[in-house]
Amino acid sequence: MNRNSRFILSILAFGYAFLYIPLVLVIIYSFNDSRIATVWGGFSTRWYGELFRNEQILESAFLSLRVALTSATLATILGTMAGLVMARFGRFRGRTLFSGMVTSPMVMPEVITGLSLLLLFIALQQLTGWPGQRGFSTITIAHTTFSLAYVAIIVQSRLMSMDESLEEAAMDLGGTPLRVVLDITLPLIVPAMAAGWLLAFTLSLDDLVIASFVSGPGASTLPMYIFSKVKLGVSPDINALATLIITFVTLGLVLAWLALRRADR
Amino acid sequence: MPYIWLLVFFLTPFVIILKISLADPALAQPPYTPTIDSQGNIYVTIDNFVFLLTDKLYALTYLRSLMLAASATIFALLLGFPMAYGISRASAATRSLLLLLIILPFWISFLLRVYAWMGLMNNYGVINNALMWLGVIDQPLQIMYTDFAVLVGLTYSYLPFMILPLYATLEKLNLDLVEAAQDLGASSTRAFWDVTWPLARPGVIAGCLLVFIPATGEYVIPYLLGGPNSMLIGRVLFEEFFANRDWPLASAVAIVMLLLLIAPIMLLQHYRMREKEQAA
Repeated sequence: MNRNSRFILSILAFGYAFLYIPLVLVIIYSFNDSRIATVWGGFSTRWYGELFRNEQILESAFLSLRVALTSATLATILGTMAGLVMARFGRFRGRTLFSGMVTSPMVMPEVITGLSLLLLFIALQQLTGWPGQRGFSTITIAHTTFSLAYVAIIVQSRLMSMDESLEEAAMDLGGTPLRVVLDITLPLIVPAMAAGWLLAFTLSLDDLVIASFVSGPGASTLPMYIFSKVKLGVSPDINALATLIITFVTLGLVLAWLALRRADR
Repeated sequence: MPYIWLLVFFLTPFVIILKISLADPALAQPPYTPTIDSQGNIYVTIDNFVFLLTDKLYALTYLRSLMLAASATIFALLLGFPMAYGISRASAATRSLLLLLIILPFWISFLLRVYAWMGLMNNYGVINNALMWLGVIDQPLQIMYTDFAVLVGLTYSYLPFMILPLYATLEKLNLDLVEAAQDLGASSTRAFWDVTWPLARPGVIAGCLLVFIPATGEYVIPYLLGGPNSMLIGRVLFEEFFANRDWPLASAVAIVMLLLLIAPIMLLQHYRMREKEQAA
């Protein structure tokens, strides 16, 4: 057994090193003074300053945030409804098609989702004149479509693990279905909705491929901007940007984790 | 309402892709021939599919994409299984920390994680510098822009997708069963293959599919880490559409990719459903 656990331990160590060494190196090199990203030229924070003077970055970051906020909210509303339907309404006509449609965007390769949505927007434009310009609205719709799946799954699994008797009791006491959902079910699934919103928000901030398809000229999200720079090779200000994002995400997640752990006790 | 949303923004697009893939490219706006012209004649062609299937280059691209995705899946499983096993056997407090560390990279931008490897695998990147400093090599190794780099990138990016479902099944696994097998005289290898592995199989299958399906259509990783000749199917689709403006062919590429992936996707859905029914 001892030999086994040593094997497991070394694999664990290797695995975590594999996951984290690249990120740590990016952080170290973001403080590199040299313009050539692979030569160490002394400690400096100049790339951070340059980041905040770069208007293109700020502009695309702002667009990304707006898209992420809107699409996460829309996805949470629609996804919660979908989750409710899948968990509580039993078998209805077209249920298999419906749950298939809800979960498919999760596993579909991004290039397919992106291409299909772009072609839809173009066809719509020919028929109705809308959307005249691709940008904020089309990216938001696309992100809502794929992230609503994640919200639906989270809400659904929360509902599955929940006792139905509370809702049944409320029904027996004469509550209309709508009141029961609003007064009993919704408050119970708020944590799941919050988790879903957060996931949808991150997924939207993270997406490059789908946004590149459905966005038009002039509108570029933060990942699109980063990609256009990174194509040309390693660059020091992207190192700085990456460091900021890594720090921000890590702090947020560790805080959430600590809060959850305290709540558990 | 979510039903309508999905019908409009998910199902209709596929109908449109199918329609365009059956058209000819044309110098028009949009650049393909209409399915039904003004006289009401219906015009469809399977030229694009015939071309895809007979042109050696495309067949090879599909094959290479599938092979690379499959190898990345195997590597992720080889690394992910012992990791998930180790995490599930750790004490409760360590376990939640270890899990947090698995989930963390997933929340950090995918693009930036791939980017991190560019700095590592460059000709004058960290790996080459370290190896040269150690005197192992005196010329930089060409790591970047090879299939190997793409493989590393795929394994790295999708490793959490492998570990999480594996962990979920391994955590539920009853250790008493393994001990019972060993008490009855099974070697630990035997106990693993006869008890642990079959019980963990749903997790293994889910993890493998979650890595394999998105890895097949991956665009960013081959673009950034692969060479100019490493055309994988996701990139081909992108290029046919944007650079060559051959929308019908791009649509056909998407349809064929979808057909190749439909079996694994259905399998994944099937496992999800079964899991849900067991939970209920």
